[in-house]
This record gives sequence, C-alpha cells and structure tokens, in this order.
Amino acid sequence: MRFLRRGHPLLKMAIFSLVAMVIGTVVSLWIDWFPVQASTAADDIDTLYDVLLIASVPVFVLVMAVAIYSVTAFKAKPGDMSDGAPIHGNTRLEVIWVTIPFIMVSAAAIYGWIVLDDIEAKQPNTMIVDVRGQQFAWDFTYPDEGKVKSNQLYLPVNRPVEFRVTTDDVLHDFWVPEFRLKTDAVPGLTTKFRATPSKTGTYNVVCAELCGIGHSTMRNTVRVLPEKDFDAWLAKQQGSEADGGAAAAGGDMTAAGRDLFTGDGGCTACHTLADAESVGALGPALDELAADAEKYGKQEGQSPEEYVKTAIVDPNAFLVPNFSEGVMPENFKETLSAEEIDTLVKYLLTVGGGDKG
Amino acid sequence: MTLRPKLLGPGWYRAALSQPLSFLFALGLVAGVRSLYGYDPVLDWTAITTVALLAMPLGFIVGIGCFDYWFRWASGAPTVPEDHSGHGAKTWRDYFKVNTDHKVIGIQYIVTTFFFFIVGGLMAMLIRAELAQPGTQFVDPNTYNGLFSVHASLMIFLFIIPVFAGIANYVIPLMIGAPDMAFPRLNALSFWMLPTAGIMMMASFFVEGGAFATGWTAYAPISTETPIGQQFFTIGVQFAGASSIATALNFLVTIITMRAPGMTFWRMPLLVWANFTTSLLVVIATPFIAGSQFFVLLDRSLGTHFFDPSAGGDVLMYQHVFWFYSHPAVYIMMLPGFGIISEVISTHARKPVFGYRMMAFSLVAIVILGFTVWAHHMFVSGMADWLRVPMMITTMLIAVPTGIKIFSWLATLWRGVIHLTTPMLFALGFITMFTLGGISGIMLAIIPVVIHVSDTYFVVAHIHYVLFGGSVFTIFAGLYHWFPKITGRMYDERLGKAHFWLSFVFFNLTFGPMHLVGIDGMPRRVADYAENFATLNAIISISSFLFGLSFLIFLYNMITSWRYGPKASGNPWRAHSIEWQVSSPPPIFNFDEIPTVVGGPYEYGVPGAVHAVFGDKKAPTRAAPAGGGGAPPPTNTD
Repeated sequence: MRFLRRGHPLLKMAIFSLVAMVIGTVVSLWIDWFPVQASTAADDIDTLYDVLLIASVPVFVLVMAVAIYSVTAFKAKPGDMSDGAPIHGNTRLEVIWVTIPFIMVSAAAIYGWIVLDDIEAKQPNTMIVDVRGQQFAWDFTYPDEGKVKSNQLYLPVNRPVEFRVTTDDVLHDFWVPEFRLKTDAVPGLTTKFRATPSKTGTYNVVCAELCGIGHSTMRNTVRVLPEKDFDAWLAKQQGSEADGGAAAAGGDMTAAGRDLFTGDGGCTACHTLADAESVGALGPALDELAADAEKYGKQEGQSPEEYVKTAIVDPNAFLVPNFSEGVMPENFKETLSAEEIDTLVKYLLTVGGGDKG
Repeated sequence: MTLRPKLLGPGWYRAALSQPLSFLFALGLVAGVRSLYGYDPVLDWTAITTVALLAMPLGFIVGIGCFDYWFRWASGAPTVPEDHSGHGAKTWRDYFKVNTDHKVIGIQYIVTTFFFFIVGGLMAMLIRAELAQPGTQFVDPNTYNGLFSVHASLMIFLFIIPVFAGIANYVIPLMIGAPDMAFPRLNALSFWMLPTAGIMMMASFFVEGGAFATGWTAYAPISTETPIGQQFFTIGVQFAGASSIATALNFLVTIITMRAPGMTFWRMPLLVWANFTTSLLVVIATPFIAGSQFFVLLDRSLGTHFFDPSAGGDVLMYQHVFWFYSHPAVYIMMLPGFGIISEVISTHARKPVFGYRMMAFSLVAIVILGFTVWAHHMFVSGMADWLRVPMMITTMLIAVPTGIKIFSWLATLWRGVIHLTTPMLFALGFITMFTLGGISGIMLAIIPVVIHVSDTYFVVAHIHYVLFGGSVFTIFAGLYHWFPKITGRMYDERLGKAHFWLSFVFFNLTFGPMHLVGIDGMPRRVADYAENFATLNAIISISSFLFGLSFLIFLYNMITSWRYGPKASGNPWRAHSIEWQVSSPPPIFNFDEIPTVVGGPYEYGVPGAVHAVFGDKKAPTRAAPAGGGGAPPPTNTD
C-alpha cells in the first residue's frame, strides 16, 4: 500500500477506479435480479441484461471517478479567489466522447435486435392459446384442443405456445414474469407473443396495464405441466364441462364443487369461504350464503338456487350492499359449463350453511 | 372604497364574484340546450360540471384582471398601460395581483409551483404508506389510483415544467440584458392559468367517483369510461398546456429579439440556449397532448368515437398522439436543468464551460432526436412491429448528445477551483443520479429487456432517477444559486448542505430498490402486491418518509433566509453573466443602463475577460474584473 500513498494522484484514481469497476461488476452480477427462468426466452433476455450491466459499470465508475477526483484534487482552499485554468475545449477529446458512446449504443442496439429476432422466431408444433382479459380476470381458450375453456392457464412444458390476446373492455397487459414476456390486450386488436415454457412449475400471470379499481388483484397463475399431465388435464376439463366434475370427484359433489371453487373458478381470490380455506375480501364472504340467498332472493323474487346462479353468471344484476358494480368478472357463463355452474351452486348452498341449518 | 368599484375592478373580489356567475352560466347553457332538445333530465350534472370546468377558470382569469388591458383596447376604451399594479412588488400582497413584471411573475411561478410540489409530495407519502405492507392499509384501491394519478399530474404539469418557466422568467431577461419579457401581459396570463389547472386537479378528489384514476397518461378507453373526476384532468391539462405554450412563445420572442447589443447566439449563456431549445419543444409538442385530451373530452361529453373500436375508433391512436408530446415532455423537463447545471458548475468551479458550442449543439440534437423516439413507450402496446427497431435505435442515439453534456461538465470540473457550495453539491448529485437514470434509460430502450420490465417498478425507478435525481436536483441547484439574486439575501449554507446530503442518501434508498422489485416482477400502479415484495417495499417506504422530511430543511432555510438571512451583494458568486452585474434584487426595470456584450459568458481564468460592459465605459481591466469580490458591482454606481 505504500506506493498508493506516494504515487501520483492520477495513478491512485486509476487504481481505485479499477477496483471499483471490479467490485461493481461482481456485485451487479451477484444480485439475483430476475425471477426463475421458465421459458426459453428468459435465458436470452437475462444474459442480455447482464451484458448491459457489465458495460454500464465502467461508464458509471468513470464518471464518478472523474467527479470525485476533481472535487478532492481541485477543491478551493478557504479564501481562494482565483480562477481555474481557462480551458475552452479539446476537439480530440470531444471526438472521442462522441465516438465511443456511439459505438457502445450501436453495439447494444444490434445485440438487442438479434435477441429480439431470436425470441420472436416462429417455432414448429405451436399450440395456440386465446387469452382474454376483462375487468379483473383472465380466461383462456385452447382452440386446437377441443376449444377447452378455463380460468386457469395450463401449459405443457417444452411445447411452443402462441398467445393471442384480446380484451372485452379496457386495456390490460398479459405478463408472465417468469417467461419475461408480455403484451398489452388492446380493444379492437388481437396482439400476440410466442413463448416456449422450459420448466414445470407454477408461475405468475400479472396484469401490467392499469385497468381500474381491481388492477392490482388481476393476478393469476400459470401451471406448466409435463406433456402427459397436461393431456390428462385437458381430458378432465372436457369431462367436467360435460358432467360438472362429478366423475373426476368420484361422485362426491361437494368435492367437485370445492375443486371448481378453488381451481378453475378462481373464486378464492375475492371470496372468503371457510370450507375452501379462502380469505379473499374483494367480494362478499360466502360462509353465510344460504341465509343471504334466502333474504336477497326473496327481494328479487328468486329461489336461493336461482339467486346464486344469477350472482355467478350475471354478477351486476344484483349487488350485495357495500360492494360495487363491475368488480366481479362477467365471463363465468362462458368459461364454466352449465353443469359446472350447477355443481358450484349446490356446493355453495351446502357449505354456506344451507344444509347445516 | 365602496363595494361596487371593488367588484368591477380587477382583483380577488371580482374573481370571487365571477365564480357563481360562471357556474350559473354553465347551468343555464346546459339546461337551455337540453330543454330545447327535449332531453330529460334538463339538469344533467355531468354536463353542467364539464361546462363549469371550462367557464369557471376562464371567469377567474378574467375576474382577476388578466384581460382588462386587451378588453379595453378591443372595445376602443382608453387603455391603462399599468392598470394592474405596475412593475415591482412593494408588499407581499402585490404577489397576489396580476403583475406584468417578469421578476414578480418569476417569484409567483416558483412559490405556486412549490405549493403544488408539497401537495404532490404529501400524496407520494400516502402512496408509500399504503404500499408499506401488502394488503390494504389506509386507502381503498380507487383512492389509491387517484393518488398516484394526481401525484404524477401535479409533479409534471404543475411543478417541474412550470417551475423551470418560473426560474427562467426571473433570470433570462436579466441574462440577456432585456428590461422584461417580450409580452409582459401574456406572461401574466400564462402564470394565472396555472393555479386554476392545479386547483382543478386537486379538486377532483371531492367529486362523485373520486379523483381521476387512470394515471397521468390517461390511456383510452379507460379514461373515456371512468367517473367525472377524469374531466378534471382532461380540462386541467388544457389550462396547464396553454400556459406552457404561451410562456414558450414569450421566451422564443424574447430571446430572439431582445438580446442586448453584442450578444450573439454564440455569446448566450447556456441557460438561455436551454430555454430556447425547450421552448421550441413546448411550442411544437404541447398541442399534441392538448389534442389527445380533447379527443377524450369529446368521446366523453359529445359521444364521438375516437377511441371506441366498435364504432371504428382506434385505441392505439391515443398512445401515439399522447407520447408524441409526452416523450419530448421529458426533455422539456430536463433541458432547462441542463442549462442550470452549466451555469452552476462553471461559476462554482471557476472555469469556462468545456466545449461550449458542443453543449449548445447537443441541446439542438436532443430537440430533433426527441421527436423521433415516442413509440419506445409502446414496445408492448401491440403497435406495428416494424416500428420498434427504428425507435430503439433513435432512442439509444440520444445517449450520445446526453453523454456529451455529462462528459463536458466533468471536463469543466477538471482543473477548476471548486467551491463546494450547496448549488455545486446539487449539481454533482445531479450528475451522479442522472448518469444512473441514463443507464437505466438505455436498458429501457432495448426491446427484449423492456418487454419484461415495461409497466413495472423498474420504470418507476428510472423516471424518478431522471425527474427527481435529474430535474428536481437541478431545480434545487438553481434556486440556491439564484436565491441571493432573487431575494437579496444569502441562504444558510449549513442547512443547504444538510438538505443535500439527506436528500441524496434517502433518494437513493427510496428509488434504488425499486429497480429490484420491478425486475423481480412487481407491476407499477398497484394498490397491493404479492407477499414476496414485502421486505423491499417496507425499506422503500421508510426511506421515502425520511426523504420527505429532508425537504422540510429546504423549506425552513428558504423561508427564514428570505426574511432574516444576511444581505447578499450584487455578485456573491463572482459570476460573469449579466444578471450578476446588477444589484440583488435587481432594479425595477432591471438595468439603469443597457449593457453591451463584449465576450463569452464563462471566461473564467482568462486575463481581463468580461462578458458585458455598461454604458460607454470601456471594458474593465484585469485589476477590476466584472463584479469582482463581494464589492458592489461597478455598474450601478453611476
């Protein structure tokens, strides 16, 4: 360390900058910036980001080094009224700091363009999934797989998918952070992106475009399954649409209803129900539903069953006091089959206190 | 004085009287038209509110007296050239009147915009309180969406853009040796449109359905469907925008036609260059946001279908028109700050600005490139795919002129005699954080990265690094720098430094971690978030409260120093530019003698160099540099 104390201040600055660059690079690469990589694009994008970090650290350190060095080396002594050196410019220096940044950003732009082409390339054997957004839920249709509909996104691993995104009302944005991909859902347009899930697991579906009161709750999950499990899910889904889930639950209709409530229906995000262990608070709690259905149904001239069914398929027809219009999605009549809705109604009236009196 | 002339003459009484009258006008117009059409009900409160939102601010501006001169002139009545209150302000009450003195208007601007800055800042505190933990803490989601929307709108339209206009209003005529702005009455009108816009945006919280809750971007079609609060934004922006355009025209004409003899374009201080280029941006771009909001207004109020695809409307059109203004707007919010930093660094490091002409050219380059990059805000919007790569390239090219400025400031520091005054500290802090904001800006230009991070907290972090660490730090630097000139008193240097260090540290602790949560998957504009972001959000919230508290030091320093601070000399920084060669504060008409410019504005260290001389005096020699030391400047002594 002796040479540091004795060396020329510029040399010191150079050494400190070098050390700072190394530390900066190590730290910026050590930070775990991203969520897990669950699509083939994720790796490309993360690497691109890391390269940008590695290129940025020296730029920032250089700026800081010159600023800090100047402030320490050229600081005015108390009472010093003199002026600095009358340097007006230096053409060679100015040419250098136009050229080098120009080369750096050009290189970054080209690299970015290559990655873009790579992640958007067409793949063989692509499965199409229609994604529809509405305030404040997503639903998914598999047009090539028997038009199965679901409120929950399931995907087979390693098979390319093309998402075709639409919206029923305002702008939304379909984002899977673990895939690193998103696109806006735009009224009047169908937007698209391609992804190839590369890892099984459960990941997030997030709405990233402000869409109203429930924007922050417009979250869901995507389950990436092995091919075999995905096919089984498709088959079960088709079965459930036909018999309301009875066969899959072995004839236990309460279990079938619970499956719908916690699974495909996605009801747990907003409703509290002890039987399903859900604690959502955006919509009315359903533990006393049987009594409520009796009371409000009478007001509306409906039987409790009719009341609950209407509340599912046409949620804005009647509003429970203190809850606002337009919060509950209106798409259940399309994403759930009539049989599934019957199962749900029975289930809710059972566990909501109906049978227990 | 009886009540009648008070109610008829310009001022607050007439302005107050105008409010019920304008409201009755709105009521009558709507009721009249609706009954003629046979609509039921005749009193449609949405329509009445909309008309009132246009009529009441206009009524206020007429009432307070902005149009008196023109009305008299147009009607052939004898005009009263200084019927408002004359130049200068003798008591604090004069600041609450229509005044045509650019120095008074400058102070009116700065104080008013800081009022909105405080309101917007308190909203930010509420936002962070709500986000301190997952779940709902203090406000419901609708109020939350209103809070961040009004926060951003106030900060952009009522603080950063107009506070620069305020600083420039005070400083630019003095810098170029002009007695006032080119159009003093238009200048007063520009100012008085501002508070109406700000009050309107704040008032939106008190109407049915709450404040406008669609962000400051007000994307269609949600902005055409939300409750009446949205109209307060749509119309408020028109007043703020009109104010901005009128001021910019005023600056352009002033700078082009009213420079002192000898002040060529290449002898203008860089702040003048910065305001010249900013004004070009404002005049060209601002009509586009006015247009976008008029489309929304027409869709909402008159049943047009600009943004209704089922009737042939186009949702993406809104975004293109909006960003064609709003991207240049980020340069509108940054270029004046670049100008301030050039003044501050050169003066407090006692060195000529390095590469003066390149500094001016880079401003012009940013203006031109700034109009070619708007769609980088729309990389995931579903717009034409081919448009993305060209916009990525132009966006990244802006890094080149911006880099020139950073490197030139660093080279200006090099071998200077650096005085670490508060303005200098803020300038150095600005360079640090603006470089970071520039780096994240480059990342946000690269399409594959932005597909992931758009609409996340990464963007929130970036925008605060460039707008707070960038623009607001330059505003602080400028206010500390010109405080002695404006008030005639010195601020407290120790408090100034405490303000800098606390804001610098807590700014970074607040906005730094936002990069992390953004990349990790937290979207922006959410009242609630997933559990895994809880720790960092708690840190961000605590830092933000301390960051907010650090502002109180600034406020205390400004208020007490303005009243009790030690008297400042004409030129405490020993600067060369013309505003420092007159007394602090300057004489009522700025110059007892018109200055003649004989050299560049930053000739520090050049023996005998002077920027301007007064009267027919010869250029002072080296022995008596312009405004040397704390002595009264030679200019006012005869």
